[in-house]
Amino acid sequence: MAAITEAKPATLNNDEILRYSRHLIMPEVGMEGQQKIKAAKVLCIGAGGLGSPLAFYLGAAGVGTLGLVDFDVVDYTNLQRQIIHSTADVGRKKLDSAADKLTAINPFLNIKKYDTRLSSENALELFKDYDIIADGTDNFPTRYLVNDACVLTGKPNAYASIFRFEGQASVFATEEGPCYRCLYPEPPPPGLVPSCAEGGVLGILPGLLGVIQATEVLKLILGQGDPLIGRLLLVDALGMKFRELKLRKNPDCPACGKNRTITKLIDYNEFCGIRGEEKAVETGAGDIQVEELKRRLDAGEKLFILDVREPHEYQIANLGGYLIPLGDLPKRTGELDPNREIIAHCKMGGRSAKAVDILKQAGFKNVRNLTGGITAWSEKIDPKVPKY
Amino acid sequence: MPKIQIPTPLRQYTGKQGAVEVKAGTVADALSDLVAQHPDLRRHLYSDDGKLRAFVNVYVNDEDVRYLQKDATVVGEDDSLSIVPSIAGGR
Repeated sequence: MAAITEAKPATLNNDEILRYSRHLIMPEVGMEGQQKIKAAKVLCIGAGGLGSPLAFYLGAAGVGTLGLVDFDVVDYTNLQRQIIHSTADVGRKKLDSAADKLTAINPFLNIKKYDTRLSSENALELFKDYDIIADGTDNFPTRYLVNDACVLTGKPNAYASIFRFEGQASVFATEEGPCYRCLYPEPPPPGLVPSCAEGGVLGILPGLLGVIQATEVLKLILGQGDPLIGRLLLVDALGMKFRELKLRKNPDCPACGKNRTITKLIDYNEFCGIRGEEKAVETGAGDIQVEELKRRLDAGEKLFILDVREPHEYQIANLGGYLIPLGDLPKRTGELDPNREIIAHCKMGGRSAKAVDILKQAGFKNVRNLTGGITAWSEKIDPKVPKY
Repeated sequence: MPKIQIPTPLRQYTGKQGAVEVKAGTVADALSDLVAQHPDLRRHLYSDDGKLRAFVNVYVNDEDVRYLQKDATVVGEDDSLSIVPSIAGGR
């Protein structure tokens, strides 16, 4: 495997030589390798769960130019796993927080901050100045966008994704190797695969997978070892099992096949069948706001509150509603009184919107979705109800 | 009997089992026996027209069945099948 970077190797000063001594004394890296690392330009998409360890280790290892793309601010719920951010950074831009930590570890880095959401409009322009892209994003539209932009610009993609206790890692879009679309030609329909925000993730898992990504990035820079090209590494943290599956370049792949049909970036939200980020769901007809619910409960109205979250979420916080998890609802509609007004809620309003659809199809006439869920209740009505 | 490895997101439909033993001569048999044992899995693996969903990959040992004989791929007694759905988390 030839080294990926062709830029002129950078020279190291004496401080850098001391700093990187544990690299320099290994023949697989050596002075030549460390100079390649310094000359390398790596773009990390996302400074979150995967991006934290990824950027940390790449920065410590001396990757000369480290680009970070993120539009988000640090939130309390990030701190359980996004180790590049600290408690004092809550509310700050992730880019600023991450750049501070990286500079503190290694002042020799050239850190480039891109305060933007990666999009079909900016991806090609952003990617063209980099040697390697490391995809640490968190949703299907961006995964396909990163893949297609990597294929179109000819940049390898050090990839990882995580869910609960499981992770997947590979290197996509090298010249001879398969791309993400060779593995998964189509995304799942929205709602079928929960995000980390909905399904949870073990805090350590992005650490495991992000470090694997960083390892692959360094191997690509050095041209050493066997990168995860044409292989999908599956990590099961509960069983602590690492398995490997063969990936093949699909000759009919629409992105990297011989008769490719994707010759420019497309609308990835449309491709994935969604309108945007899975955040608070937009208000629809028949929805009820938390303020109205509070007013009517205070007035003594006998509303039936249906909580469609999971039992372990109910334990964290609840509004005293009747619990039927969304997945069980179709089988359990018999427990509900069709003559009463039912207010369905979940955490943010997404699952309860589906619950309202299920109940309406089952013949319930008077069902409303609580906009923003228990989170909105906590924010606007009763801060004693914890947010999670 | 061959075993099918179940990924975490789908274990809620297999009574939390991480692996399910199936009676199978081919991949098609293995999946139909799996769905017979755990009917709730059906809509996650198959679309309404009965086709295996495009974002669900099935492997026999470490080979993607799309590059073997697809559904008709022969499954031996000691083979391990894996269902590997796409996941996207990262933040």
